[in-house]
Amino acid sequence: MNLELRTRPRLAAGCRLSEPSRGPRMLLMPERALRLNGPSLEIVERCDGAHTIQQIITELQKIYSKAEAERVEKDILGYLTLLQDQRALDFTIEDTTGQS
Amino acid sequence: MTAIVHHPLALIAELTHRCPLHCVYCSNPLELRFRGFELATEVWTRVLGEAGEAGVLQVDFTGGEPLARPDLVELVRAARRSGLYVNLITSGMPLEERRLAELVNAGLDHFQLSFQGLREDAASEIAGTRALGQKRQVVAWVRAHRVALTLNFVIHRQNLDQLEEMIAFGEESSASRMEFAHVQYYGWAFANRERLLPTREQVDRSINVLQQAEARLRGKVRVEYVVPDYYAKYPKACMGGWGRKLMLITPSGDVLPCHAAQVIPGLRFGNVQSQALREIWDSSDAFQRFRGEEWMREPCRSCDRRTQDFGGCRCQAFLLTGDAAVTDPVCTLTPQRAIVDEIIAATNAATPAAIVTKPDWLYRANPA
Repeated sequence: MNLELRTRPRLAAGCRLSEPSRGPRMLLMPERALRLNGPSLEIVERCDGAHTIQQIITELQKIYSKAEAERVEKDILGYLTLLQDQRALDFTIEDTTGQS
Repeated sequence: MTAIVHHPLALIAELTHRCPLHCVYCSNPLELRFRGFELATEVWTRVLGEAGEAGVLQVDFTGGEPLARPDLVELVRAARRSGLYVNLITSGMPLEERRLAELVNAGLDHFQLSFQGLREDAASEIAGTRALGQKRQVVAWVRAHRVALTLNFVIHRQNLDQLEEMIAFGEESSASRMEFAHVQYYGWAFANRERLLPTREQVDRSINVLQQAEARLRGKVRVEYVVPDYYAKYPKACMGGWGRKLMLITPSGDVLPCHAAQVIPGLRFGNVQSQALREIWDSSDAFQRFRGEEWMREPCRSCDRRTQDFGGCRCQAFLLTGDAAVTDPVCTLTPQRAIVDEIIAATNAATPAAIVTKPDWLYRANPA
């Protein structure tokens, strides 16, 4: 399945971030937990149903401005694919009548 | 030298041994505890808090049937307050939609519903009661609630030829995960093994079907399964290694390194009614006995795989050889593999007629 840049990823039911007060941040899901480092946490925090994939890419390219922009995009798409394979994401198609 | 103690990652909380089902492969011990021995709400609440502080990430509420506990909603709330991710491992009965909504509102993250199969008569024979209609109803209810759904199909010789139906049913539900769990031969399943162990042909076919389903459904439904270990070349890393990641608390508060550990003679278990959870994890006799590598003999001791499979399953070693400290006899590197080979040879030599003859099951009891 290809990821479309205009879709808005959101954590699927039963997938959530661990609380900040409880040590290293984790993405908790059925029978599994993923430890999140800096960039992966930045990505997961934006999987909120409000950001499009394109917006996530643009924002992270700003945060990681020293890295090559194309590389950042490729890494984000790779990570979102990994999360999708874990069934950790739902995607909503952008409302074409709304603001992008 | 003592082994490095990692902190526990998951807690399996067996809230009760009571259950409306009588499955012939139940993972509970043959000696079941009565209601009067069950831990009180306050004790579970304290223990869940201690688990959170010890670094535990996930709790599995199971049983018996955890829905049999009237305080389940309260316990889900307590687990969430302690920062835990909450799984409910259930048969789906008895349950009404209102209680499902209460559980989700209390913070239940994941609802795992077990199936004995999708053909009423065959499933009822395994469960010793009729449950399929209720399970279908629960699947329909769950769709309207924001909670992850796993369908767990327990598979064995009698239903392994229904895999395609199970996969199709899962696809039409709102499940994000399907688990195909081969029966593991402990407790009640060990007693019923002859009638449950699949043939090699069934196993090979099932792996093929499940691999295809996994690839086809990637990104839509997570499909998970493992090879039944009697047919594997190497043992499973049972519980991720003894006392490395998981612990289980019985209805009466004993803390075990795995579901079946009570079959091993001479292990002394800590109990949460008189001891702190972390202290039990760190230093109780049962957890220390097979933690790390000091206890290992050959061929494990000098084997490169010892850090992957940790010598396999201690309970299986005991059940098949009478000695819990030998290599899991599933391993093809131990001479004791002959025991397992003999069992599967007998299974595969049985005539088809013997397989379809109505088996004489030993049904799990239901303690009052």
